[in-house]
Amino acid sequence: MAQAPETKNVTFTLDGKQVTAPHGTTIWHVARDADIDIPHLCYKDADGYRADGNCRACMVEIDGERVLAASCQRVATDGMIVHSATERATKARAMVMELLVADQPRRTDSHDPSSQLWHYAEEQQVDHSRFPGKKAPHPDSSHPAIAVNMDACIQCNLCVRACREVQVNDVIGLAGRGADAHIIFDFGDDMGASTCVGCGECVQACPTGALMPKTVLDDSQKLAITPDKQVASVCPYCGVGCQLNFHVKGEKIVAVTGREGPANKSRLCVKGRYGFDYIDNPQRLTVPLIRRDDVPKSASLPFDPATPLTHFREASWDEALTRAASGFSDIKQAHGASALAGFGSAKGTNEEAYLVQKLVRQGFGTNNVDHCTRLCHASSVAALLENIGSGAVTASFSQCLHSDAIIVIGANPTVNHPVAATFIKNAAQGGADLFVFDPRGQALDRYATDSLNFTPGADVALLNAILHVIISEDLYDKEYVATHTEGFDALKSQTKATSPEAMAPICGIEPDKIRKVARTFAAAKAGMIFWGMGVSQHTHGTDNARCLISLALLTGNVGKQGAGLHPLRGQNNVQGASDAGLIPMFFPDYKSVSDDDVRTKYENLWEASLDAEKGLTVVEITDAAYDGTIKGIYVMGENPAMSDPDQNHARAALARLDHLVVQDIFPTETAAFADVILPASAFPEKDGTVTNTDRRVQRGRLAVPPPGDARQDWWIITEIAKRLGLAWTYKHPRDIFAEMRIVMPSLTGITWDRLEAEDAVTYPCADELSDGADILFGDVFPTPSGRGRMTPADVLPPDEVPDETFPLVMSTGRLLEHWHTGSMTRRASVLDELEPVAEVHISRPDMTEKGIRAGQMVKVETRRGEIELAARMDPNLPAGMIFVPFCFTEAPANMLTNPALDPFGKIPELKFSAARLTPTPVIDAAE
Amino acid sequence: MVMQGLYDIMALGNKSMPESVFPEDGTPPPEQGRQGKKRGPKGKPKGRMVIPEARATIAALLGTIPLRRDQLIEYLHIIQDEYGHLSAAHLAGLADLMKLPMAEVWEVASFYDHFDLVSEGMEAPPARTIRICTSLSCMMQGGEALLQKMQSMRSEGKIDADVRFVPAPCLGACDVAPAAADGHHLVGYANTDNLMRVITTGTPHDIPDYIGFTAYRAAAGYALIEALNAATDDAHAEMVSGLMSTLSDAALRGLGGAGFPTGRKWSIVAGYDGPRLMAVNGDEGEPGTFKDRYYLSSDPHRMLEGVLLASHMVGITKCYLYIRDEYPEIIALLTKELALLEASGLLGSLEIELRRGAGAYICGEESAMIESIEGKRGLPRHRPPYVAERGLFDRPTLVNNVETLFWVRDILERGADWYNDQGREGHPGFRTYSVSGRVAQPGLVTTGAGATVAELIEACGGMADGHEFKGYLPGGASGGILPAHLADVPLDFGGKLAELGCFVGSHAIVVLSDKDNMWKAATNLLQFFAHESCGQCTPCRSGTEKAVSLMTSDAPDTALLGELADIMADASICGLGQAASNPLISAMTHFPGDIPDAASET
Repeated sequence: MAQAPETKNVTFTLDGKQVTAPHGTTIWHVARDADIDIPHLCYKDADGYRADGNCRACMVEIDGERVLAASCQRVATDGMIVHSATERATKARAMVMELLVADQPRRTDSHDPSSQLWHYAEEQQVDHSRFPGKKAPHPDSSHPAIAVNMDACIQCNLCVRACREVQVNDVIGLAGRGADAHIIFDFGDDMGASTCVGCGECVQACPTGALMPKTVLDDSQKLAITPDKQVASVCPYCGVGCQLNFHVKGEKIVAVTGREGPANKSRLCVKGRYGFDYIDNPQRLTVPLIRRDDVPKSASLPFDPATPLTHFREASWDEALTRAASGFSDIKQAHGASALAGFGSAKGTNEEAYLVQKLVRQGFGTNNVDHCTRLCHASSVAALLENIGSGAVTASFSQCLHSDAIIVIGANPTVNHPVAATFIKNAAQGGADLFVFDPRGQALDRYATDSLNFTPGADVALLNAILHVIISEDLYDKEYVATHTEGFDALKSQTKATSPEAMAPICGIEPDKIRKVARTFAAAKAGMIFWGMGVSQHTHGTDNARCLISLALLTGNVGKQGAGLHPLRGQNNVQGASDAGLIPMFFPDYKSVSDDDVRTKYENLWEASLDAEKGLTVVEITDAAYDGTIKGIYVMGENPAMSDPDQNHARAALARLDHLVVQDIFPTETAAFADVILPASAFPEKDGTVTNTDRRVQRGRLAVPPPGDARQDWWIITEIAKRLGLAWTYKHPRDIFAEMRIVMPSLTGITWDRLEAEDAVTYPCADELSDGADILFGDVFPTPSGRGRMTPADVLPPDEVPDETFPLVMSTGRLLEHWHTGSMTRRASVLDELEPVAEVHISRPDMTEKGIRAGQMVKVETRRGEIELAARMDPNLPAGMIFVPFCFTEAPANMLTNPALDPFGKIPELKFSAARLTPTPVIDAAE
Repeated sequence: MVMQGLYDIMALGNKSMPESVFPEDGTPPPEQGRQGKKRGPKGKPKGRMVIPEARATIAALLGTIPLRRDQLIEYLHIIQDEYGHLSAAHLAGLADLMKLPMAEVWEVASFYDHFDLVSEGMEAPPARTIRICTSLSCMMQGGEALLQKMQSMRSEGKIDADVRFVPAPCLGACDVAPAAADGHHLVGYANTDNLMRVITTGTPHDIPDYIGFTAYRAAAGYALIEALNAATDDAHAEMVSGLMSTLSDAALRGLGGAGFPTGRKWSIVAGYDGPRLMAVNGDEGEPGTFKDRYYLSSDPHRMLEGVLLASHMVGITKCYLYIRDEYPEIIALLTKELALLEASGLLGSLEIELRRGAGAYICGEESAMIESIEGKRGLPRHRPPYVAERGLFDRPTLVNNVETLFWVRDILERGADWYNDQGREGHPGFRTYSVSGRVAQPGLVTTGAGATVAELIEACGGMADGHEFKGYLPGGASGGILPAHLADVPLDFGGKLAELGCFVGSHAIVVLSDKDNMWKAATNLLQFFAHESCGQCTPCRSGTEKAVSLMTSDAPDTALLGELADIMADASICGLGQAASNPLISAMTHFPGDIPDAASET
């Protein structure tokens, strides 16, 4: 809850000069602004870091005060006379350094001779200490990414603040007392054995080298690698859009640090910070590959990505591109454009997404183009477009810092959007009421006012009960409803029967709790709703989202500070790829393909006649491939063989294709079925823009070149287009971006040059001088009536309800360390070491009942298939529910998932399948 | 509405909790592989898991749900009392119940001496703990030697292995030095004989004779409170204003050691917007001080009436009594008397909550005490803001020492002049000096302010037999050390004493003799500070440790110690660090001959 900015100034004397600063400014900050560099160790001049004033390296003298004051912490007041450089102050500061240095390894033996500690020691001519040292603690190398060398620790507790107050991961503490004060992880455990989530915020904060990335240290724990340069870019993983710096030595990324981006405020998670070496994995594709004539495509034939030449032969770029393009043109000629399809990628840039949809529409002549948004938020987008006329978030996630009440439903942001989660936790710690709705327990529960662990699949029942309370108890925002919404009467009559008492048996939440949440949210001055795949990946996913939209509209929680609807986007550019038209029913900016005016505009621009019919969606394309109506697919950066539901079916469909071109950085499970594989560039190897979950368009920059003969994706797409007879002349991503700006009003005000200078601009943005709009729809909605609609939803069961044969509910999702299908993260050494083995998560009661021991192999079956993997006891799961991460190729969850689709969003019900679990007989090792 | 009853398997949470699924449940996995090495399945989430049985045990033990964050230390006491230690499993259960990070629970528990933390695989401590005071007054009477003796008897098997002997900082019983405590129950004049007897027969947990509620009431106690409670709003305001001016006219000052004028403090706190809170500092821990123990164990209601008067005069809604864990008999009697007081209806809307310290001298520092009442580590806060403006739970807070409150009723009933007339010339008011060390009869001397050590020695029956007066501590461990020739300095706040770089603090006078080496005495005091430093700021955390290290060397580097003393005094966050070097400076100034190397030179 932000205070109104204090405008009063104070005037005081600093080193003999009169200075004026805003009320509340510390002496240290005023000094900094006056170019006086006061040493500081325990203070980090960064967002979210409270001054603690404990190291005493920044002492200054204030007239009239008995003792010296810590300038980092002391707020300047009117008339104060401060001296930063008296003998008394400088002597005290130097003595502090000497005391600290006494217990350190000597600089020449130190872990990081360039640390802030040694920098300021040198500034004060302290290179050794006259004081006796004390016994150094043992090093702790238990964590795969972080070296813990507490002999360099000065107990400044910056890592504690980083862990507990900034990222709120709550692992680090300062235990003991006096000279025995020491940093602990949990109960004094080794870092690698603790609950540490590896975000590395502590490493970034540590001023001494006590916490360092292992990648830059040698075996003696000394700094061995100093980067040549830092390249400012964006994280390639989830939709949070953290800005970061790639630290590059030669042609290798050696470390990553967080950058002060608008979304992340220098924070990163374990993936962004330590998951970068996938680009150096030996399995990288470095030359074009063409399928060997003697290897048939088969869903059952094993394929090892380490040895792709069992299935493929190397080819020149020219041969591969010609083969790729001619395969498509042959099919088009023989079977028509509708026999072709293309999958773009939410992991690529906006420019690449634009080119893929353009290639499919202009070159293939069909709207059969889609990407994995279909598998994440298609239903959310359907509901948002239907009811508020826009598929993106109405407010950035950090608006939650201004919320009084926050609902997180069907999302596990500490795992899937870890940095966004840190702001939600900050908000909760700042006093906002946080309500977490999820069948599973999760890390956010600790900060929640209440957690509603409802019956899986009963979302609509729970939400309708909340809507019922707000309407029946007259708690809704009548003025807002009257002036900004429509559909209230229908919602009122639909929810008349959905009282908490009526819904409780269905959703499993006591009526009192439902009422409490409803009343608190309705009473909040500003409320925000976050949701994720738990809402969208259901056959009733669109209905779920409709309920959430109704809840926001009913309580007037759209279009103002601290309020809004925020579907957390799962991939670094899923927002941008959708905006760029990588969806079968829309041209860029969600302009309908069946709208004649729109289509004519594109036909003129692209000089081609375009398909007027909506294309097929991801799962529909797979089905059509299986049925033989689609014969050729171009896959750029997607992995449907892992990400599509009912994988046996999906892989069989891929095997049946006449022509499959896969453009990727690894020989993925999908590439196994390819005719042509085109080696592409990873995100740190390219220039381009990506759009995060907040609608921020951000600039990614090339840090290292692609390996071998791998090429830029935009170049590859362009070369295919040329071979399909299209006159594309792009020379650089900026040319593509310029073309996008012609057709996309959302990019008004956002030029390439501006992004080059500012790194991030939020859309919509009125002009090149304005800031983008963080919060949308304060007044009108982009709907025909200008009002937001409340669409009622029926309570319906999931598609496949558990029964005697398949008694368990199986849900799927990601792990913190493994992103999406694991093609990148499982090839990132740190992430793979942290989560190396496929495990099914099982509740404690179910483990006991079935006599399953932790780590034991078990078989998970559904009507679609079976997988074998190890058992993990998960205290967050309720009895009767299991969870399978979908990143493990050796035990792919999507072998089991249900392809039943939501009728509106066409998203499969990945969050709910009926399953059963059997322990695998333990084979006697002595055998 | 088709879903109802469709899958009853989903009826969550109605199954009873099973036995542990795997034996290592709850313990972190062993040594993990180095980077690049594949490992087997983990089978569980990261880190230590909460064991449902341990969690349930703690929930049952604590009873009250939801648990309060500020009560963390009380919960730790309950678990420690029940099991004799705090196991990792129980603490993980507690953290989970309180929705706290494990690290937060561990750092709080590990801050206080009276908690024994036991990790998985670690042996629990012996069931019984006997603490032997090794602070200055007790050291002089053989406390350290006794400790060593008892420990060696134990290791020789002469004492049950289920008893352990540990050193303890000042137990507030310097008049009966050397002091020991069985659990927390005091054993005065400790020696091997009475400790052996205690081990076999136990310590009687007697509550001393004291003036209870009925007797106190009978002697017109709480009469002022009754009048205030009965007054109309206007009359109440008028009464309060009169009482306030009496208190302001009285020379009553903070007798915990800071000496801040009490009337002024009450006015300042009353000037801030409510709700206003109060904390009574009963964490008497300054070595040599045992006056609050006496007042609380003889006439507790006089202090409590001070609290009630504050509630009327300052507008206090809730008061916390923070009593050190070393005074269990006082905690017991206060528990009893508070119940009577509450039942009497005299409290009005005032709430009083009793809190137990847990073995940390620093919690006698008012802002550290406030942190501790909030259930945290006792880290002193930075000033400004002062606790009067932002104290407990960020509310304006009145903090008073036990003895300060003890005098309030009498001052308000008898008038400011009565109180002011008690002192010596230029030193108004009463003082209670705790006198210990080499005097014939150590004990409390209640007299007018401004007494000299010469007067106090005389009041205590002169020097102990065979001892010649050599020097004295005018104000506990932190007030410095003065030589015998400065025996005529009035012992009061400020004045001559301050000019000598010393202070009277809590009025704990420790008398030393020709049998005492002042460097050793100063080293003992620095060891005390090193042990009790909260560890927050460098000058104190590192400074006290380095000072001890240098002082115990064969030839102490006095020049470096001097530089160190300066920065500790100048750059520490709180009074502990700022004053910790006083005995060191005094020893170097007044007793250079006692410094090992210096002695050999002369």
